[in-house]
Amino acid sequence: MSANTQSQSVYPVTQDEGEAAEAIIAVIVDNEPGVLSRVVGLFSARGYNIESLTVAETDVEKHTSRITVLTNGTPAKIEQIKAQLGRLVPVRRVIDVTAETDALERELALIKVVNNGDHRVEAMRLADIFRARALDTTHTSFVFEVTGTREKINAFIDLMKPLGLTETSRTGVLSIRRGVESD
Amino acid sequence: MTGQALQKEKETKILTPAKKPGAELLLDALEEQGVDIIFGYPGGAVLPIYDAIFKRDTIRHVMVRHEQGALHAAEGYARSTGKVGVALVTSGPGATNAVTGLADALLDSIPVVCITGQVARPLIGTDAFQECDTIGITRSCTKHNYLVESPQKLSTLVHEAFHIARNGRPGPVLIDIPKDVQFEEAQYTPRDEARKRNCIVLPEIKATQIEMAVDLMRHARRPVFYTGGGVINAGPGASETLRAMALETGFPVTSTLMGLGAFPASDPQWLGMLGMHGSVEANSAMHDCDLMIAIGARFDDRVTGRLDAFSPNSRKIHIDIDRSSINKNVRIDLGIVGDAGAIMTALVAEWRKRETQEKSDRDRLRAWWTQIGKWRARKSFCYEAHDQFIKPQYAIERLYHLTRGKDVYVTTEVGQHQMWAAQYFQFDSPNRWMTSGGLGTMGYGLPAALGVQAAHPGALVIDIAGDASVQMTMQEMSTAVQHDLPIKIFIVNNAYLGMVRQWQELLHGGRYSHSYSDSLPDFVKLAEAYGGVGLRATTPQELDSKIEEMIAVNKPVLFDCVVTQEENVFPMIPSGAAHNEMLMGGAVTGDEISDAGKALV
Repeated sequence: MSANTQSQSVYPVTQDEGEAAEAIIAVIVDNEPGVLSRVVGLFSARGYNIESLTVAETDVEKHTSRITVLTNGTPAKIEQIKAQLGRLVPVRRVIDVTAETDALERELALIKVVNNGDHRVEAMRLADIFRARALDTTHTSFVFEVTGTREKINAFIDLMKPLGLTETSRTGVLSIRRGVESD
Repeated sequence: MTGQALQKEKETKILTPAKKPGAELLLDALEEQGVDIIFGYPGGAVLPIYDAIFKRDTIRHVMVRHEQGALHAAEGYARSTGKVGVALVTSGPGATNAVTGLADALLDSIPVVCITGQVARPLIGTDAFQECDTIGITRSCTKHNYLVESPQKLSTLVHEAFHIARNGRPGPVLIDIPKDVQFEEAQYTPRDEARKRNCIVLPEIKATQIEMAVDLMRHARRPVFYTGGGVINAGPGASETLRAMALETGFPVTSTLMGLGAFPASDPQWLGMLGMHGSVEANSAMHDCDLMIAIGARFDDRVTGRLDAFSPNSRKIHIDIDRSSINKNVRIDLGIVGDAGAIMTALVAEWRKRETQEKSDRDRLRAWWTQIGKWRARKSFCYEAHDQFIKPQYAIERLYHLTRGKDVYVTTEVGQHQMWAAQYFQFDSPNRWMTSGGLGTMGYGLPAALGVQAAHPGALVIDIAGDASVQMTMQEMSTAVQHDLPIKIFIVNNAYLGMVRQWQELLHGGRYSHSYSDSLPDFVKLAEAYGGVGLRATTPQELDSKIEEMIAVNKPVLFDCVVTQEENVFPMIPSGAAHNEMLMGGAVTGDEISDAGKALV
């Protein structure tokens, strides 16, 4: 007999085998020893990806930290990641930044470019367009600081590659909610 | 001293209770949590705690022979009472030996609090004697764990640990206490004042979801209740509600290995256990149903078989306390997060309300029950009897019949005997069946039986064991004798690692690589060596009298039940197959041997 894999559901099905996509998940946790290890351990134990990770204490009085994870997976997998994170005792809130319309994301990158001549002028011109600051300069190199969404930083890096890019350092994604409400 | 000054001193004493060493604070907190028994093993890093235990007689301590046994005993205690089980072990090897028990409790959602000693704070990180990173090692096999950084935090952490262990989806919590914290003095924080993080927030039951569920139930023509360990964990009241719900709806009920006993096996609506070695009627009903109502079950791979062929034409309602269980393995149409008991109560209330408004058509289930009757007629648990040798199935059947009506608790190890116990031992009430379902821990049953017996001194506690499994924790026989825990270890002895042998026969061309237990001990002599009682049965004729002898003895018993060696557990859904592709036992179809014939043997 052939298996009918179509759901007969009359209700919206939350799980589907959709396309895998990147997702930013922010986790508000009690800042206690080992909490980062719990979060990271969950990802590795259950076979989820971490593409970038940012963590710091964000509320000294409440003693909470914000962990922002860039991961990827199908919508069903992202749902599962959120549910699994929610089970951890020190986790106060899990926020699906990608799914929320009022979320802001930013990343900061430091980019080293070694070049001279026309390439040097072109690098300066592009840096200006991307509002990147030159933090350090020698006669043959720049270190640029650029902030923005991942797409903007990726675009800047791509443009700098033919102009002598030698090294990049990125903070990973940060996120915050727009408007008066806070997480 | 004036009267006034005396009064003032009294008041300040009440306001600021006397400081006590950490070890005393720990025991005070355990007492306040209602702990009456601890399973443990002493060692260097917990000596102050053992010293404190020595000075008070409010808490009974059962010394095991290996820390794994302490954890399983705590699990057995927890599962048979519904309370939190407590284990106490030392640092380093004590903690690493406890890991199996912690992982077992995590996968089966058993509330356990494990206290481990740790080297003194200044020594942490110096590779001190018996130091290990207990928190790091146990992070992934506990629901939560703590390193106690100061005695001031000790009692509040203990209270929070119990809160976390027993609430929400239960599980093991570990508290790692450095030795100097056990000595240092601090004030006690009572249970009411302890920090309890709001980590277990259950959403309110939504009326719309209950209405939707009842809507689906009223129109289902081929419904089935698929219940699991969550119903047991939700307490005896949840089992009662399940019975009421089944009675009112007329739906058939099946259960996972973990959920046996929540619904009485003697009820005509009972289909038997489902899954890899479940009954034909249970698995076929799961495959062909049009509405599946999963309650406190988690669609484990032993239950679902091939996922893409799992119950293809049904709508699925899933009730679970853990949001992450819903939609984890199988797509769910209606997921309801919450306590199984509370949600079933809401479902029953809604069902009754709707029935008084308009009776549902009971006849719509007739064809379904007729079909179930046909599956039942295949008698999936039939086996070929033997008149000279004991068949393992026969052994469990006789054990069940001869213990009926008694106050019986059953634990098992893991393997063929476990499946036969699940198939042939019938349970009519919850908390009577303790088996390692998720982790599949060989060696679970014997120490778990100790925990059950310690909680229920007058009860008949039987560990249905295999000859291989039982040797993994055999040393706990010594614990049983020392602490007057008259458990009955019923070894289904086929001299093989039976389940391994079965898989090798069916899947690896009969190449029995390292699955034969050569040089088995003489279990009768072994029992005697421990100071217990050894019994052996080798023929069907003597089996009954030997079992009766075992029941009558008020001492730990090792019962060596010598059975036929190459029996397989059937029916069987091979890994990667669908529910309707079951393998049935050899030549026997079930019709050849009448009940009378089976009784002869």
